[in-house]
Amino acid sequence: MSLKVIQPGILSLLQDSGRMGQHRIGLTNGGPLDPEAFNYCNRLLQNAPGSTAVEISFGGLLLEATVDTFICLTGAVMPLRINNKVQPQWEVLPVSAGDRISVDFAEQGCRAYLGVADGFDIAPSFGSTATVVREKIGGLAGDKLHVNDELSCARVASRKRLYLREDHRPRYQNEVTVRVIPGYQQKHFSRYQQRRFFSHAYTVSDRCDRMGYRLEGPAIECDIEGILSEGICFGAIQVPADGQPIVLLNDRQTIGGYPKIGSALSLDCAHLAQLRPGGKVHFAPISPHGAHNALHLADSFVRRRPLMERTN
Amino acid sequence: MELHFAGENAMMLYLGETTSPEIAARVQSAGLAVEACLGDDLLDLVPSYASLLIIYNPMTTDHLSVAHRIRQSLDQIDGTMADDGNEVVLPVYYHPEAGEDLEALADRASMSVDEVISLHSGGEYRVYAIGFAPGFAYLGQVDEQIAAPRLATPRQKVPRGAVAIADRQTAVYPAESPGGWNLIGRCPVRMFDPQATPTMPVSVGDRVRFEPIDRSRFLALGGEL
Repeated sequence: MSLKVIQPGILSLLQDSGRMGQHRIGLTNGGPLDPEAFNYCNRLLQNAPGSTAVEISFGGLLLEATVDTFICLTGAVMPLRINNKVQPQWEVLPVSAGDRISVDFAEQGCRAYLGVADGFDIAPSFGSTATVVREKIGGLAGDKLHVNDELSCARVASRKRLYLREDHRPRYQNEVTVRVIPGYQQKHFSRYQQRRFFSHAYTVSDRCDRMGYRLEGPAIECDIEGILSEGICFGAIQVPADGQPIVLLNDRQTIGGYPKIGSALSLDCAHLAQLRPGGKVHFAPISPHGAHNALHLADSFVRRRPLMERTN
Repeated sequence: MELHFAGENAMMLYLGETTSPEIAARVQSAGLAVEACLGDDLLDLVPSYASLLIIYNPMTTDHLSVAHRIRQSLDQIDGTMADDGNEVVLPVYYHPEAGEDLEALADRASMSVDEVISLHSGGEYRVYAIGFAPGFAYLGQVDEQIAAPRLATPRQKVPRGAVAIADRQTAVYPAESPGGWNLIGRCPVRMFDPQATPTMPVSVGDRVRFEPIDRSRFLALGGEL
């Protein structure tokens, strides 16, 4: 009982909410680049939070169901069809054995999440099913999806047909403002350089992936080239010698020696990761208090947002 | 000691500014203290040479409470030393056929290959940090005479088990990967095995010694050339 991969698309990865507590042996977090869309996917499917789904980057995934179940596609706008019939995203949809599920190339944003009722049944490694290709860990044999992979899942006979109202869905634009907690290494960046960083637009470079988003724009000068290697938290913004900032994301290395100008808010990293090369990024400073409040407000906002039920 | 807000769910604790066994011991004891005082609010810890990155759950606690608890617990441990870590002996086949840069490194240091081997295997190294790749342990400090800068052009492929030097650090590559360190030998022990318990033969704070072995012993221990 599974969804079978007929075409894997450009980069499709099994992800749960990520691997925690394993930095000590050098393992990074993995997990969904856009947790907002990922969490909605599981919530709509009435799954346990963090159930394993497929993160589809850029699109091109074609699956065949060998079981009767329910699916849901959230995140980037990627035209969804079941047996060639166009279907809505952000909605729980029934599929039957033999059905073909196709997810076309992204029209807005670039990361979508395809979930299944009760989640995909994948053996966890180091406490998580999150795939980190660089580490060859998680998912199926630590790799992205390939033709003929079987994504095991249960037969599910009934599920409420929940959906998220259109005006409640996130909009993915080509321009994102990323809030940044100015870092403890600020002393290595002059006031002028800090102002430069916060007052110019940056462009997402071709070198953007699950490890980090490299940006291009006015170079930021730092008065040191490197620091004694230390732990790197999610969202840390490194400035290497060329002055072009890198926002480090889910698959980042756990330690490194480049100076950091600050740390991006995770809520905004989710939208950053929906940008493709050429997308525009602005940075805005936020205090640690402000960041903490923003996290809790976003959490309470999502909890209160109603899910609708299709009754036809 | 300096404690900073590093991000929405992270704090950086500095316990010194350089690399030394004393600072490493302080990092280790601070790690134990932080684990004890934060309990379930703690999500992960990244110890390194002179710092400890502390990652907590911002939905169950907040930065002010975390900072307060860390400061209190560090006041209590101040002055106490962590245990000395386990001693781990790793066998190494030092030879140009297993370490492509061994001869160049010897030339650079104006000494014989045997002298390089005896200096490298004569030292005791502390595991300062684990990162870069799963199971990659940074060991220090290598004798100054055989310290060597990273290669100008990193290799596309460094084999699993490669024993290498960069500046005053040494390491055993846990898996085949790109790398720019100077290769001097090969270790048949797996530094990272997802199937094994524990997955790594060393952890941060342990003391490592290298024991020279010959080709046949290396192969008998499962090494591959």
